[in-house]
Amino acid sequence: MPATQTVPAAARMFLSGNDAVARAVWEAGTRVAAAYPGTPSTEILEVLSRYAGLHTEWSVNEKVAMEVALGASMVGARAFCAMKHVGLNVASDALMTMTVTGTEGGLVIAVADDVGMSSSQNEQDSRYWGRFAHVPVLEPADSQEAYAMTLAAFELSERLKSPVILRLTTRICHVKGVVQTGERVEVEPKGFVKDPRHWVMVPGNAKPRLPSMFEREAVARAEAEASPLNFRIEGSDRRIGFVTSGPTFMHVRDAFPDAPVFKLGLSCPPPLESLRRFAATVDTVLVVEETEPLLETEMKAAGIACHGKDVLPRIGELAPDVLEPAVRRLRGEAVPEPEHVPAQQVFPRPPTMCVACPHLGVYYTLSQMRNVIISGDIGCYTLGAGHPWNALDTCISMGASMGTALGMDKGRGKADENKKVVAVIGDSTFMHMGMQGLLDITWNRGNVTVLLLDNRAVGMTGGQDNPGTGRDIHGEETARVDFAKLCEALGVKKERIHVLDPYELPVLFKALREETKIEEPSVIITNRPCVLIDHYEPATSYTVEEDRCTGCGNCVEVGCPAIHVTRRDKVVKASGKEVDLSFVRIETSACTGCGLCVQPCAPEAIVHARPVQSVQSVQFVRK
Amino acid sequence: MSKITNILVCGVGGQGVMTATEILAEAAISLGFDVKKTEVAGMSQRGGVVTSHLRFGDVVLSPQIAPGEADLMIGFESAEALRWSHMLRPDGVALVNSGRIVPPVVNLGLFDYPEDPVSQMRALGLTVHAFDASSLAIELGNIRLGNTVMLGACADRLPFPAEVLRDAVLARFGTRKPQLVEANREAFEAGRRAVAGEALAAS
Repeated sequence: MPATQTVPAAARMFLSGNDAVARAVWEAGTRVAAAYPGTPSTEILEVLSRYAGLHTEWSVNEKVAMEVALGASMVGARAFCAMKHVGLNVASDALMTMTVTGTEGGLVIAVADDVGMSSSQNEQDSRYWGRFAHVPVLEPADSQEAYAMTLAAFELSERLKSPVILRLTTRICHVKGVVQTGERVEVEPKGFVKDPRHWVMVPGNAKPRLPSMFEREAVARAEAEASPLNFRIEGSDRRIGFVTSGPTFMHVRDAFPDAPVFKLGLSCPPPLESLRRFAATVDTVLVVEETEPLLETEMKAAGIACHGKDVLPRIGELAPDVLEPAVRRLRGEAVPEPEHVPAQQVFPRPPTMCVACPHLGVYYTLSQMRNVIISGDIGCYTLGAGHPWNALDTCISMGASMGTALGMDKGRGKADENKKVVAVIGDSTFMHMGMQGLLDITWNRGNVTVLLLDNRAVGMTGGQDNPGTGRDIHGEETARVDFAKLCEALGVKKERIHVLDPYELPVLFKALREETKIEEPSVIITNRPCVLIDHYEPATSYTVEEDRCTGCGNCVEVGCPAIHVTRRDKVVKASGKEVDLSFVRIETSACTGCGLCVQPCAPEAIVHARPVQSVQSVQFVRK
Repeated sequence: MSKITNILVCGVGGQGVMTATEILAEAAISLGFDVKKTEVAGMSQRGGVVTSHLRFGDVVLSPQIAPGEADLMIGFESAEALRWSHMLRPDGVALVNSGRIVPPVVNLGLFDYPEDPVSQMRALGLTVHAFDASSLAIELGNIRLGNTVMLGACADRLPFPAEVLRDAVLARFGTRKPQLVEANREAFEAGRRAVAGEALAAS
């Protein structure tokens, strides 16, 4: 990660929604910005970390990020935190009391919903948090709006003394558009004012503050009715009037250029009276909102007749090709057959682990073990659930591998009594929310073998630093967690903690076999770094000696994408059993010489490639 | 509303699909077009499917290209081009790298790689120009020039002069790696010639 750079001057820029939010946070004079990486929100803090004049950090989890932002707001500084949708679940404990205290310096929470689920474990609608916490929600429809609404959110936060949620979706975060930007304005913090009735939320202080949430909400509602962020587009075709917010506004405008539209920018609290007046000007109202029928339900409760999820899907994005047939059906028109060629059936191409990924050794070993239940977690290593390993049995939420493993251990009956319970978790996920689960395992005498995969990176989101790397968001040296000592401090016996190299399969296999036999908590820490981080050093690559390959296919089971099957065959063994053969080659230009595939190769057919001028493969090479 | 140009770029994570689309976007912006670019790329660096949508014109609203609306498809990998065939307009054009990236699920014998994706696309009535961009790039000394070859290939199919795109490619490398400017210029021209030659052979 480069250190801070000179920030480009105000200009017409081509920015993603994430870039645009970052730019506006910087321009707003923000002093503190914190986040935990999570697709699709990650780039906001990555971009901000290169700007000068503010403190930026990767926090250990979203709750801490939000609390860091709140602390900065308490001293009067403008503050910002960013997270993906599931991150706000983690941070919600802070949010639900922050709404009682209110804020001092403007505080903006950017939350990115993964509508369409490109890289998440669920699809949820963060607009609900606005209703639940009684805080305003702003919903930009493209990069230019993301920029403008971020600036507006700080103003609104300071007017209302309330945190403000900036709700993004994947189709805002990762879409680039042209944005006119401005310059940074410095805002000097007013200073912390000691006032226990304001900041110490014991019942006696909190109870008198509760009405302030609702008074504030009433002010926000009046503001929403008058806000230029909520506007109407008069259309000539009044058969259907659309009510919409966020990226669906652009889809509606594209698909129905002549239709009247009510566009919500400040969407919570909803401007119901303006919507009622809009509804009176059209024949039928259709609410176009992704995932939940939230606004639709509120409008119906207010007595405004409308359609919504009765004609539109509840799942996924509402792009023009989804909207058009639904609207035709609503109008009672026939839906024409498409003129384009039909979608073709092609093999699936799921994401894979990288060439020489240290997780390959872990999952190859786990796939060779019998009678294990493998409780999984969130990160690149979730891919262990896929082929060829099929060696991960659960994936729920950050850190869940610990608690679910303990629950399996304690809850199992006769059907599982001979099984071993293994939990797999990555370094960053462990520090995010896994440590507490391990503490619960040791405290409650669980019989769980924990595999802590320390690849010194938040791999799936692009290799960000974390407390285990000893570097901060700028790549500068800082305190570094010692995982073995940490696990010992959490109550794991010293002799039950092993730090080993996941490229050494026999060592890994032996440690796993022995530790799963012992009926107490143990932790096996693997110590190879992610191959995508900048410090990774490739070794001499391998090749297959064709005449020695017997087609046993053991190397294919490792799951490395550099191994390709060149020819298949079948043989009938003396026992009469038919066996499939897979003869292989190694894509030497992609191989980085980890040696994992060499170890299960019985005929020793995998040897070092002759040192030739290395041609780097397009695949799996980080820029 | 004036005509919007829709370009779909598809391939496999790590091939440079997003960078190539970014350069196309820069070329369109340099001419004053409104431009939007979107992709689904959450786990793309892990060898998964990557598609990038580029739309430009006077005013672009939705960033997404609907099925049957792409004027041009740039396929960085054969099977991926076939996978996204339905995105092309019936009169659209596909420029396809005939090179293949075989995924682990095929190596494991769980699925088959299509025998001839390009012929399958032509059989659907689509106009396809196919050439081996990966080999051309290796001949030029570095397989990573593959995405410049692909950009060269599309340069004469855009609603603006090929030189605008070439300048955008070279500007990008000129600032970062000046030593790569000449190699990229050659790769760009090789891509242009590959399509011109292939189009001639097909007619």
